[in-house]
Amino acid sequence: MKFTIGWLREHLDTQKKDNEIIEKLTGIGLEVESFENLSSSLDSFKVAKIINAEQHPNADKLRICDVDIGLDNTVKVVCGAPNAKKDLLTIYAGPGTIIPKNNMKLSVSKIRGVTSYGMLCSESELNLSSESEGITELPTGKYTDRIGKNFFKTNTEKVVDLSITPNRPDCLGVRGIARDLAAAGAGKLKKISLKNIKKNESQKIKVSITKDKNQGCTIFGSCLIEGVTNKESPKWLKEKIISLGQKPISAIVDITNYVMLDLNRPLHAYDADKIDKEIIVRNSKKGETFEALDNKEYKLGDDMCVISDKSGVLGLGGIIGGTRSGTEINTKNVLLESAYFIPRSIRKTSKLLNIDTDAKFRFERGIDTQSIELGLSKAAELISEICGGKISNFDIQQTDKYEKNKIKFNVSLFEKITGFKVNDNEIIKILTDLGFDVSKEKFELDLKIPTWRPDITQPIDIVEEIVRIKGYENIETLQPEKTKIKDTLNAQQKLFHFLQRSVASKGYFETVTWSFTDSKINKLFKENLKEIKIVNPISSDLDVLRNSIFTNLAFYLKKNLDRGFKDISLFEIGPIFRGSEPGEQLTVIGAIKSGKISRLNWNEKERIVDVFDVKKDVIQTLVEAGYDKQSFFVRDKSPSYYHPGKSGSIYLDKDEIEPVAYFGEIHPNILKKLDIKTEGLVGFEIYMDYLRENKIKLKDLKTNFEYSDYQKSERDFAFVVDKNFKAQDLIEIISSIDKNLIRSIKIFDIYEGENIPQDKKSIALNVTIQSSERTLEESDLENINKLIISTVETKSGAKIRS
Amino acid sequence: MSDIKKIKDDYLNKLNSDLNIESLNQIKTELFGKNGKISHSFKKLGSLPTDERKKFASDLNSLKNELQDKINSKLQEIETKEINSKLENEKVDVTLPEREFSRGKIHPVSQVIDEISSIFSEIGFSVEEGPDIENEHYNFTALNTPDNHPARDMHDTFYLDNNKESLLRTHTSPVQVRTMLNGKPPFKIIAPGRTYRSDSDQTHSPMFHQVEGLHIDKDINMGHLKGCLNYFIKSFFEVDKIKMRFRPSHFPFTEPSAEVDIGYEIKDGKIVIGEGDKWLEILGCGMVHPNVLKNVKVNPDNYQGYAFGIGIDRLGMLKYGINDLRAFFETDYRWLNHFGFDPLDVPSNYRGLSR
Repeated sequence: MKFTIGWLREHLDTQKKDNEIIEKLTGIGLEVESFENLSSSLDSFKVAKIINAEQHPNADKLRICDVDIGLDNTVKVVCGAPNAKKDLLTIYAGPGTIIPKNNMKLSVSKIRGVTSYGMLCSESELNLSSESEGITELPTGKYTDRIGKNFFKTNTEKVVDLSITPNRPDCLGVRGIARDLAAAGAGKLKKISLKNIKKNESQKIKVSITKDKNQGCTIFGSCLIEGVTNKESPKWLKEKIISLGQKPISAIVDITNYVMLDLNRPLHAYDADKIDKEIIVRNSKKGETFEALDNKEYKLGDDMCVISDKSGVLGLGGIIGGTRSGTEINTKNVLLESAYFIPRSIRKTSKLLNIDTDAKFRFERGIDTQSIELGLSKAAELISEICGGKISNFDIQQTDKYEKNKIKFNVSLFEKITGFKVNDNEIIKILTDLGFDVSKEKFELDLKIPTWRPDITQPIDIVEEIVRIKGYENIETLQPEKTKIKDTLNAQQKLFHFLQRSVASKGYFETVTWSFTDSKINKLFKENLKEIKIVNPISSDLDVLRNSIFTNLAFYLKKNLDRGFKDISLFEIGPIFRGSEPGEQLTVIGAIKSGKISRLNWNEKERIVDVFDVKKDVIQTLVEAGYDKQSFFVRDKSPSYYHPGKSGSIYLDKDEIEPVAYFGEIHPNILKKLDIKTEGLVGFEIYMDYLRENKIKLKDLKTNFEYSDYQKSERDFAFVVDKNFKAQDLIEIISSIDKNLIRSIKIFDIYEGENIPQDKKSIALNVTIQSSERTLEESDLENINKLIISTVETKSGAKIRS
Repeated sequence: MSDIKKIKDDYLNKLNSDLNIESLNQIKTELFGKNGKISHSFKKLGSLPTDERKKFASDLNSLKNELQDKINSKLQEIETKEINSKLENEKVDVTLPEREFSRGKIHPVSQVIDEISSIFSEIGFSVEEGPDIENEHYNFTALNTPDNHPARDMHDTFYLDNNKESLLRTHTSPVQVRTMLNGKPPFKIIAPGRTYRSDSDQTHSPMFHQVEGLHIDKDINMGHLKGCLNYFIKSFFEVDKIKMRFRPSHFPFTEPSAEVDIGYEIKDGKIVIGEGDKWLEILGCGMVHPNVLKNVKVNPDNYQGYAFGIGIDRLGMLKYGINDLRAFFETDYRWLNHFGFDPLDVPSNYRGLSR
C-alpha cells in the first residue's frame, strides 16, 4: 500500500514530523517497507559541464569529453556533436538511463575503441524541442551552480510503502491508516467533508441482484451521472496517481481509483450508453465469455458472480470490468457502481481465472459493508466537479443485512495474555478511537465492532488491538525457566546426530540438497518406487520428489568433477520419498566417493577407490553407533544402480528382513548416462529407519568388564574352497566351533592361480585362541587345531592346503 | 703381589684405549676366561701361606670387580656409539609431507540446528519432528488458515496432487499441530526441519530450513515469549547484549502476533549484530491462536502459550557471514570446505557453541 505523507495529512490532523509518523506506523503493525522519493526516470538527467574536449584518435567527427557531473571525478563521454566544447554547460545521461525520444537504454560502450560512460543529450532526444543539431546548451548563470543536480524538477514528496497484512483490509485505504495512527496518539482523525451534492435525477438504469445459489454480491449501489465531459485529470489528481507509481488514464477512471485508495472503497464506472437496458447481477453460466479491461478474453465457468446486461456479461463483479462497457474519453453518461462482494466468492473466481487486480485484492479481504453510499458520494462529487454532469439519486439494491457484530470482552484477558496491565479507561479510549462502540459493564466491555474490521471476531482479537496500539515495548522480558518436560533428543534423534558426525569424521563433506530432483536422474535410482510428481515445480528439472538419496549427490558430484576436483567424498542425511502422503518418507544417509586414494603421494601407492573403502566406512559407522559387528551379516544383493558384482547389503543380524545399509561401486551405466568422468565411484547408504534401537545401552555394557590374562596362541590355516564360497561363511563356521576359545579370525590372503584348481581359491586365515580359565596346553591347541580343520572340511567341502 | 698390580696396570691401560666390541671381548677372555689371568690367580690362592691368603684374596676380588665394572661401562660406551652411528645413517627428510588424513565437514545448516538445539535444551525444550509432505489440513486449516483465506497467498505452495490435498510443508508449524494432537499439555518443544515454497531468486530458495518453537502451559504470556527469544538470540550470536524490537504483525495461527527485529550495523563491510541503529527482521512469533488450540483439542480457557518460527539458514548467514542463500544448496566443494565445520565441533553448553 503506497501513499504520500501529504495525502495522509489530509485525514490526520497532526504535529508529528514525517519520521515520527513512519516510526509509529511500524510500531502499530503497519510495517513500513520503504519511505523514499519516488524514483522517476527523469531523475537520471543531470546538469553537467564539459571540462575538456579533445579529438577522438580514430574518428574525425567524434570528440572525447571529460564531463563534470558533480562527483569527485569527471566521466569520459564520447560525443559526436559539433558544439561539444570546453566549458559548455549541458545535460548528461548516465548508463542505464532511458532516452525519452526513442526509449533506448544507455549502457557503457566502446565507440571506435574509446569507452564512453553515458551521453550528452540534445533537446530533441529529451523531447524538449525538435532541435537535434548538437547537444543542449544551457545558459551559464542559472545553471553554473547546479552541476550534478537533476535537470528536471520532479515531485519531491516522499512515498510511504506499507506492507499490509491480510487481516487489515481497512488499511488498504489512506483513511484507515490515519485512523490507526490517531488511535495510537499520533494525531486526530479529521472528519470526512462531503459537499452537499444535488441529486435531482432518478437513476434510470434498472439494477437487480438475482437470487442465485451462492450469489457473490449482496449489495449493489449505483448512481447515474449524465452529461459529463471526460478529460485528463487535473494536476492534483494526476500527481496523486503518479505518486503511487500508477498511470493516470482519464478523470473518471482516476477518480474511481482515487476513492479506492483514499477510502478503501472500490468503485467501477460504466459508460451508461453501452449498457443494454439494465444491470443484472447474477451467476455466470459455463461457457460465457467476455473481454476484460486487461484486453484478455475470459471463458467463465458456472456460478461466478457477473455484472451483466441484456446482451451478456459486462464484467466480473469486484474483480475486473469489461471493455464493452468501459468509459472512454468521449463518454457522456456514467453509471457508477459501489457494491459489496463476498470475499469467498471473489477469491474462488479469481483463483480459477487467475486474475489479480486491486479491486479483487480488496474485496477478498473484506470491504466495509457500510461504505457503499460514501463511495458513491465522494466519486460523484469529484466527477461533477471535474467533468460536470447531473447526478442521479443513489439506487441501492441489497439482499442481505449487515449490522455491527457484538462481542463481550473481559478486560482481565488482556493481562493474562500480555503479562502487563492497562487501565480500563485507556482500553476504552483505544477501542473508541479505533471505531468500536464501547459500553462498560462490571468486568466486561460490550463492544460493537466497526464494519471495516472483518478480522475481529473474538476476545483475543481485542487483546491484539490494545497491545498493538499501546505498544509491544510495554511487554516485560521474563527470564526463561529451565524446567524440562522431557529429554531434548529421543533415541532416533540422538542416532541421527551421531551418524551424521560419524560419517563426516571419515572424510566425507556433508551437503544439503533439494528434496526434489530431476525425474530423468531419479529414474536411474528409483528402483520400483512410485514417481512422485510436483504439480507446480519451480523448474522442469526439479519436477519430482527424490526416491533416492543418490540422485542429487550424483548430480552435484558431476558439477564438482567439472570444477576440476577429482577425489571427492560427499554425504547427505535427509529424507527420501516413497509416496505422496505424510509419513511416506525415510531418513537416509547417502555417501559417495570418487577418484583415487593417495593420489600423487610420495610414499604410498595410489589406487582407485573400491568397494572395500566404502565397506570400511559403513561398517565402522555402524560399529561407532553401537551395533555389534559380530552379528552383522552381508549379502551380495543390492539395488540395480550398484555394480552387480561389487556391491552388497548389510543386515544387523542374519535374521533381519530389511538391510540397514548398501555399499558398493556405482554401476558403470549410471556414470555413462550422467556423463560422470572419474576413475572410480563408490558409495553407501544407511537406512536410519531400519536401525533398531540398541536393547543394551552403552552404560550397561560398561559395567561388565571381562578380560583374560592367560596366554594367547595363534594358528594359521589355508583352506581351498570353491571360487564362489564366501569368506563370511568360513569365518562363521570357525567362530562357532568354540566361541569361548576362538577370539578372533583374520583373513590375510586370498589366492587363485598356480597350484590351485581353476574353480577354487585359497583362503588363508589366522586364528587367535585363548581361554579365560587356564593356560592352554599344547595338546589342547592340537585338539582345537584338528577340530577347526575337520569342521571346516565337513561343513564347507573345503580342503586344508598343505 | 706384583702380579695383581701388573694385571691391574696392564688392563686398565688397555681398557682406557679406543676399543671395538671384538677387542673388548678379547680382553674379557684374557681376564675371565677359563685360563684367564684372574681365574688363574684365584687358583694360586691355595698355595699361599695363611697369613697372606686373606689379603691376596681381598686384593684379587677388588681387582676383579674393578675390571668387570670397567668392562661393562666400556661395553655400554661402545654400544651407544654404535647405535648413534647407525641412527645417523637412518636420517630421513622430515620436511617431506605426512601421510594423508582426511576428515570431512558438517554443513553449516546442520551445525546451526545443533547450536539451536543446544540453546533451547538449556531452557527445557525438547526436539520434535514432522514429515516433509503434509496435507492441506495440518499445513493450513488446523493452523487457522482456512481455504479461501488470503493468508494462504503468503505461502507459495508446492502441491503433489491436483486437488491440493498433499503438499510440501510451507513452514514447520504443522509440527505444532501434530505434537499437540499426540500429547497432553504442557508442551515445550522446538521443531527444526526442511520447508518448501515455490519461490526462487537471490534471497529465496525453493527449500529452506525453519525451526518452530512452542510453549504451552497454564500461564505462559507474551513476557515469557519475549524472555525466551531474547535469551535465544543472545546465546546464538554469543553476545552479552542484544538490541531487539517486537513489532505487531499478523499470522493466522498466532494472536497477538509479532515480528522480531534485531539491531545491527555494518562495520568494515561486515555485519555486526547487537549494535547500531539498523533493524533486521529475523523471526515471526505470537501467542498461539485459541482456534488452533481448539483444533488440537486443547482448551484455550485453561492453557495458553506462544509459538515462533525462525529461518535457520538466515541465522547461519548472519552468524557466519554467508552472503548467498542459494549457495547453501549448491554443493560446491570449495564452499563446503570453507563454511563447513569439523565434526568434532559439537555445539554444547559447557564447551560453547562455536570456537
